[in-house]
Amino acid sequence: MLRLKKLLKTYKTGDEALKSIDLEVPDGQVLALIGPSGAGKSTMIRCINRLVEPTSGEVWLDDTELTKLSSGALRQERRQMGMIFQEYALVERLTVMENVLSGRLGYVGFWRSFLRKFPQSDVDEAYRLLDRVGLLSMVDKRADELSGGQRQRVGICRALIQNPKLLLVDEPTASLDPKTSRQIMRLICELCAERGLAAIINIHDVALAQMFVSRVVGLRLGALEFDGAPQELTPDVLTTIYGEEDWEATIEKVEDDEEEQVA
Amino acid sequence: MSTPLACEVDTLIGVKWQKPPLVKRAWLRWTLIAGFAGYLVAAFLTIEVNWMRVYEGLDRGAAFVLAFTSPDFTSRAGDIWEGMVESVVMTVTASVVGIAISIPIGLGAARNIAPLPVYLACRGIVAISRALQEIIVAILLVAIFGFGPLAGFLTLSFATIGFLSKLLAEDIESMDRVQAEAIKASGARWTQWINYGVQPQVMPRLIGLSMYRIDINFRESAILGLVGAGGIGATLNTAFDRYEYDTAAAILILIIVVVMTLEYLSGIIRARVQ
Repeated sequence: MLRLKKLLKTYKTGDEALKSIDLEVPDGQVLALIGPSGAGKSTMIRCINRLVEPTSGEVWLDDTELTKLSSGALRQERRQMGMIFQEYALVERLTVMENVLSGRLGYVGFWRSFLRKFPQSDVDEAYRLLDRVGLLSMVDKRADELSGGQRQRVGICRALIQNPKLLLVDEPTASLDPKTSRQIMRLICELCAERGLAAIINIHDVALAQMFVSRVVGLRLGALEFDGAPQELTPDVLTTIYGEEDWEATIEKVEDDEEEQVA
Repeated sequence: MSTPLACEVDTLIGVKWQKPPLVKRAWLRWTLIAGFAGYLVAAFLTIEVNWMRVYEGLDRGAAFVLAFTSPDFTSRAGDIWEGMVESVVMTVTASVVGIAISIPIGLGAARNIAPLPVYLACRGIVAISRALQEIIVAILLVAIFGFGPLAGFLTLSFATIGFLSKLLAEDIESMDRVQAEAIKASGARWTQWINYGVQPQVMPRLIGLSMYRIDINFRESAILGLVGAGGIGATLNTAFDRYEYDTAAAILILIIVVVMTLEYLSGIIRARVQ
């Protein structure tokens, strides 16, 4: 269970990226965070694992409060939170296997990781995950030889091998084509269901979010504007989140998509 | 809404487009250009040329150039060999030590990974190393340690630190932040973060720069001999002092061959590590 209490982030420039966010994410729930660019979606996700330091407020992961932790304790807690990035954020000059195994860095000592002598159980798990996402043949390829969709699959493996309780997913499909986007979203949601993971997925594609998740949270100018089921996203709601626009097309498209999937 | 826009467009249609000039004020722009041209002319006028001296010097120049047609590798072969070995030893040791010291200093001098006090200290070291020109350092070290390759070795190590740390730090500062962030998000400790998130990104450049520095160190080792810091430069200096232009030519040819070989090798290695 993840709980955010009055989470607030003001950047040095004075931008109020988050204005007192309260949010609860129960175990195993996949949540989509939507909102226009600059609404604070990325900041919120990064404040949870403290890649960005929140200005004030609390972040509770089960019974641990994260914002006050020392750097050592924070490292321990970061292992519980897998992160998937917008531009994949694979280390391009490392191989696929090294990238996946880098998800275990929180569990192994420096020399083991430096000599690439990871425990056999980690290597086995990496093979299993890569097989699950269909990349077993790519193990020794360098990350920059892969296509966008393949890279994001490796990114997913890297996050999952941490054996996390929670996935923080930052615009996983922003640089992918529509078909690959859906495949990646489906894969993330399937894996979350298989492993009972909670996830927060930042996504700007409202239709895609509606297709896959059970709960949608709308962020606008750093404040929560909407929290509900995907069906409740009416044109009025989208207008409050994004501003005036013709939303019928967006929502209609979703319905089409769903029919298509059923068929 | 479309009407005023259309009007604005109408006033622009048919008007020639030009890139906005760098200096907007025309009078300032022309003053700068004229001032620069005037200074250039004035500067050239102050260079004195003694044409008589040039005429006399032509003979010596010709002797020097002609010596290249008959370089003498043999009569001072022993000295040349010794000097060469000394230079190579100086280059290799100074490069290894210099590079080894440069890496931690380079990490410290990168603002995005080092805390401010460490950053300032490391940048300070880099600044000192770069401010002191090799020849000046060599003269100082020769005064301290006496003639010989030890002074040369220390000089080159010192110079390598300034060069490599600075460029390594700059490469680290311009790395892709997100790749490193992803490693940090997995709960990696600092050393692991450097090893997985930073090192792969800067390794090709580090290798390229190291090769380049080895190349520079060899060339510098030929110069440092002129101030008594050992190496092939000392041999070359002696040859000039004795007016043995044919031996000097032989030494210069050897230096050129070694430098070109190093250049060729570093080209191959840099292409390989990309």
